[in-house]
Amino acid sequence: MILFERVTKRYPNGREALRGASFSIDRGEMVFLTGRSGAGKSTVLKLIAMLELPTRGSVVVNGQNLGTLKSRHLPAYRRSLGVVFQEHRLLDDRPVFDNVALPLVVAGAAQAEMGKRVRAALDQVGLLGKERMLPNELSVGEQQRVGIARAVVAKPAVLIADEPTGNLDPGLSLEVMKLFKRFQDVGVTVIVATHDLHVVHEFGQRSIVLDDGQVQGDADTPLPSMTATR
Amino acid sequence: MGGYLTHHAQALLGALGRLARAPFATALTVLVIGLALALPLALGLFVSNAMSATGGFTGVVDASVYFKPEVALARVQQLAQNTRARAGVASVQVISADEALQEFRQYSGFGTALEALGSNPLPHVLHVRPTPEASGAADLDGLQHYLAAWPEVDQVQVDSEWVLRFNAILDLLRRVLGIAALLLGAGVLAIIGNTIRLEIQGRRTEIEVVRLVGGSTGFVRRPFLYTGLLYGLAGALLAWAMVGSAVLVLKAPVATLAQLYGSRYSLSGPDWSQLAVLFGAGLALGWLGAWVAAARHLRAIEPRA
Repeated sequence: MILFERVTKRYPNGREALRGASFSIDRGEMVFLTGRSGAGKSTVLKLIAMLELPTRGSVVVNGQNLGTLKSRHLPAYRRSLGVVFQEHRLLDDRPVFDNVALPLVVAGAAQAEMGKRVRAALDQVGLLGKERMLPNELSVGEQQRVGIARAVVAKPAVLIADEPTGNLDPGLSLEVMKLFKRFQDVGVTVIVATHDLHVVHEFGQRSIVLDDGQVQGDADTPLPSMTATR
Repeated sequence: MGGYLTHHAQALLGALGRLARAPFATALTVLVIGLALALPLALGLFVSNAMSATGGFTGVVDASVYFKPEVALARVQQLAQNTRARAGVASVQVISADEALQEFRQYSGFGTALEALGSNPLPHVLHVRPTPEASGAADLDGLQHYLAAWPEVDQVQVDSEWVLRFNAILDLLRRVLGIAALLLGAGVLAIIGNTIRLEIQGRRTEIEVVRLVGGSTGFVRRPFLYTGLLYGLAGALLAWAMVGSAVLVLKAPVATLAQLYGSRYSLSGPDWSQLAVLFGAGLALGWLGAWVAAARHLRAIEPRA
């Protein structure tokens, strides 16, 4: 369960990215965060990942108020998350296997277990057999799928994705979203920030619409008036 | 436990791999560290070799006690016995006036002239040699006062000034060695700290990603600590190689020079205790430099979304 209660986030430059936003997401739910650029979608994800702290209000993830989380517990908390970026942030000097295995290495997984889980994650994203390739030897879509494999390899309770289809063509975008849906089907809470409403409509999942840092809508399909512009 | 050790092994191998992938930069850094460690080692060796060559001159300091002409040999021998019982005295040798005259006649070449003298002009003499532990300036001064206090004694001569000068030079060298070791140690810290800082900057993206997937500060810091340790170890090895090579090159000429002075002295390389200090210092400085740099610069790196 993820709970945002009257969350305001003001950045050091004075910009208020969130203004009293409140919503909750149940365990195992898949939710799209939609809205225009600058609406506050990425800030919601940064607050969940504890890359930022709220200026006011509270963020609670799986019963833990993130405002009171001690810094020594932050790594363990982050290990319970999977994060996917638009720029997939792969380590270019390491093969696909090492990139995907990174969360398991950090968690201290045994070698045999690591190999099994990395191959399973790569199988899920359709990249089995490409373990030894370097990221720059892959297409953009494949690189994004490596990023997704890295995010899910440690079986996180919550998967957050910030514009994961931003660099992909419509066909690949749907493929990626299907992957997220499969993770939701096995109980993972999935939160996807996107302004690609075509994808959102296609999947018919719950959509929280943000505008100017406030929740403008929360429905099974996005409001047409909130159609995003690039 | 296995996972923990695997972490360490991976961090060590990763650090080794990164150093090997940049051989020129690594070699340059190791060379500077090696030179900084070699200088105090060489100075330390110079001091220890100087001590070894001279034996600290502890065996050559002695006091010559010249008795008044009328003092009987029996009294001299009695006083010699008293002196032997004194703490800090290694040996006492009695040279009677007759023995002294005989020796003088034999070695001086004035035998005929001495025949012309009606009586022996030489006094009885005691040679008192202090123990090495009692060869310091204050001990020698105390011994001189003790001997000069006897009414039978005409003069006490202690040739210690040049020994004191020599010991003062060695003491000065030891202090210079300490200061040099401190300054060069600080230099090694700065070199390793700066190298680690650059490496942290070069791996910023990786650090951000590792933090984002839940890597603890210890996990992120570990490879840099191993890099620092490896730099320190390699620097110490290079310093040993440089100083060892210099000793090998100088050994024969020094032995030849010593032979010309009738000595069988041979130049020594660093012993186990000196090597232990060298490698201990190299590893400690490497670890500390890396730790300080990592603590300072990793704090500033947080993942970005």
